[in-house]
Amino acid sequence: MTAIDPTAHLTAEQIEELGRELDAIRDEVIAGRGEKDAAYIRKVISAQRKLELVSRGVLLFSLFPPAWLIGTAGLSVAKIMDNMEIGHNILHGQWDWMRDPKIHSTTWEWDHVSPADQWKHSHNELHHTYTNVIGKDNDLGYGIMRVDEDQKWHPFHLGQPLWNFINACFFEYGIAAYDLELGKNLHKRRRKNPEFRAQAKAVGRKIRKQVLKDYVIHPLLSGPSFLPTLAATFTANLVRNIWSHSVIMCGHFPEGVQVFERRSIKGETRGQWYLRQMMGSANISGSKAMHFMTGNLSHQIEHHLFPDLPSNRYAEVAVKVRALFEKYELEYVTGPLPKQVFSAWRKVFRLSLPNKKPKVKTPAREQELVAA
Amino acid sequence: MTSTALRSRAWKLLEMVTTPLLPSDYLDLVSPLRAGADLRGRIEAVHAETRDAATIVIRPGRGWRGHTAGQYVRIGVDVDGVRLWRAYSLTSPANRQDGRVTITVKAIPDGKVSNHLVRRAKPGTLIQLDQATGDFVLPEVKPAKVLYLTAGSGITPVMGMLRDTEFDDVVMVHCAPQPQDVIFRSELHDLAADKKLRLTEVHTDTDGMLDIAAADKKLRLTEVHTDTDGMLDIARLDELVPDWAERETWACGPAGMLDAAERHWSEHGVPERLHTERFRPSVVVAGDGGEVTFSTTGKTVDADGATPLLEVGEEAGVLMPSGCRMGICFGCVTPLKAGAVRDLRTGEITEAEPGVLIQTCVSAAAGPCDIEQ
Repeated sequence: MTAIDPTAHLTAEQIEELGRELDAIRDEVIAGRGEKDAAYIRKVISAQRKLELVSRGVLLFSLFPPAWLIGTAGLSVAKIMDNMEIGHNILHGQWDWMRDPKIHSTTWEWDHVSPADQWKHSHNELHHTYTNVIGKDNDLGYGIMRVDEDQKWHPFHLGQPLWNFINACFFEYGIAAYDLELGKNLHKRRRKNPEFRAQAKAVGRKIRKQVLKDYVIHPLLSGPSFLPTLAATFTANLVRNIWSHSVIMCGHFPEGVQVFERRSIKGETRGQWYLRQMMGSANISGSKAMHFMTGNLSHQIEHHLFPDLPSNRYAEVAVKVRALFEKYELEYVTGPLPKQVFSAWRKVFRLSLPNKKPKVKTPAREQELVAA
Repeated sequence: MTSTALRSRAWKLLEMVTTPLLPSDYLDLVSPLRAGADLRGRIEAVHAETRDAATIVIRPGRGWRGHTAGQYVRIGVDVDGVRLWRAYSLTSPANRQDGRVTITVKAIPDGKVSNHLVRRAKPGTLIQLDQATGDFVLPEVKPAKVLYLTAGSGITPVMGMLRDTEFDDVVMVHCAPQPQDVIFRSELHDLAADKKLRLTEVHTDTDGMLDIAAADKKLRLTEVHTDTDGMLDIARLDELVPDWAERETWACGPAGMLDAAERHWSEHGVPERLHTERFRPSVVVAGDGGEVTFSTTGKTVDADGATPLLEVGEEAGVLMPSGCRMGICFGCVTPLKAGAVRDLRTGEITEAEPGVLIQTCVSAAAGPCDIEQ
């Protein structure tokens, strides 16, 4: 966290006015949602299914190197589409307004080892409500890393560049583990908690299904191409994991993103909540294809302000949100993917060591809030 | 191993390949009307009937089990991207050769689905279907004398019956604002003009009725034009159809007319001769707060228009699912079975329909409602 609170210049009234302006942006999109948006998500879902089907079909002949390359690339893209633009956003309830039971947050399941309902709890409820609040938001370093000076250093953090790399490669398992709150729940006393056991079982079943599909049945169906197909599905999962890990790291870890004290959110108003989302997220700039492949999480700031707006609308919302950042003299953290990934990784390396300077005190705004 | 067992094994294997999706999710891409799919239909044509009514020709999926004349079907149509379900009477005969069915829809003011179907529906569009249902049908044994008493779009189930079954003695009294508002008017007149039927058209100036009557014919058709004639007074039925009490009667139209008919038939001691079909059982009037029923738990409490239903339920001791409590995580969504709720953020009203889920943490009662929890 920077020594100076970047929102200190705003009065309480200005913050509430900012909140009202953001509400107006949201209302406008909601009033305009319609047939075109519905057609968009159906088209994306249909394209993803066709791409996955064709890629897996091509991989049946993966003994032939060009088939391996094309099939692996196609399957990687299909898995990324499934997780990012489709799964993540549907599970956020972005498309619930269509009242289509087949495209609904309560019925959707994704190509991921964490079952949808567990992910929805840890992601939608905990991460999106308590974004970047130390001790409340598990996304902050996923409980294994130190990503802000304000987090206490522990010798365990010396290895965090390695932990982060391993987490990137097996990201879906990392997410499943942290949706289960494994770190906390593996304590002897908690291990027998029936709720935890039921959830762990559900994860086990999901892992079994995913592994059977990717590493047993599909390779077996490939006959003589068994091993190349196995390598292909492993590669596709790896590509998907590293890609989504990178995108998500860019959302909250790059330099310039703020974190918050637990007590600073006590009695938080709607305007203050919005402001925390604005200061706690970072965007990725790039082409339309780039935004699509990130599931529009490249518009992380807009997504955090309005997590339930359809993802295809974030680009137009971003223009208005950015104007508000300028109006209220706030820093809109954004940059191209390589720059943001580098920035996030540099932080992971830097914070693996204890702070050089003495710990910075709580910024002014938060002190005011606590006093108020 | 039997072939069914073999097929179910093959299906299981397919499911292992397509997980977390189902094989049907992929098959739907190419063959949404196949046997075994969720029941759907494809709109193949839209024919205008009057200035605000149209007949929709639908090719139902392979799972369609057919219908009996007079029954209705629930259809799910995407209007502005939102799936809305409505019930419409089937107007095609049950034995139509090409396997298609038709519904005839009258656009009602502010009717989202009816206006969409009449004015914007395009051939090629997929819609969701339920199986035909309803007991507004003809008995297996043909009654000797029949009366159809209809108004407005209430003519639609009766048209299905008329096209399906021929009777020896049929009288029809139909009410519509003006002649050009009568759906199927030319077909009705053709039916009456059929050589087996003779039709006399009588304009009765004295009582303001337009009466098309056939004295000794199979089909007698009476049109009441409510714009010029005023609403049909059920007591005048004696004069229009003197032998109405001897006739097996099927009535369909607005609630007021049906209520009057039920009273009339009861007063004359022949309620068993009257069969009615009501289109819109009740109209939701959005208010501010109301009685909230949690039907699974069986609790009922009064709620104001400002308290989120999540809190209302928790106060009442109902085990409510909850999450962020600010409308972003969708962890609290619960089916709204009846009534209406208001979104506390936007003021938007949501009315109960099958499949409608609401976020209880940002929704308050807008009149009496029923939450499935």
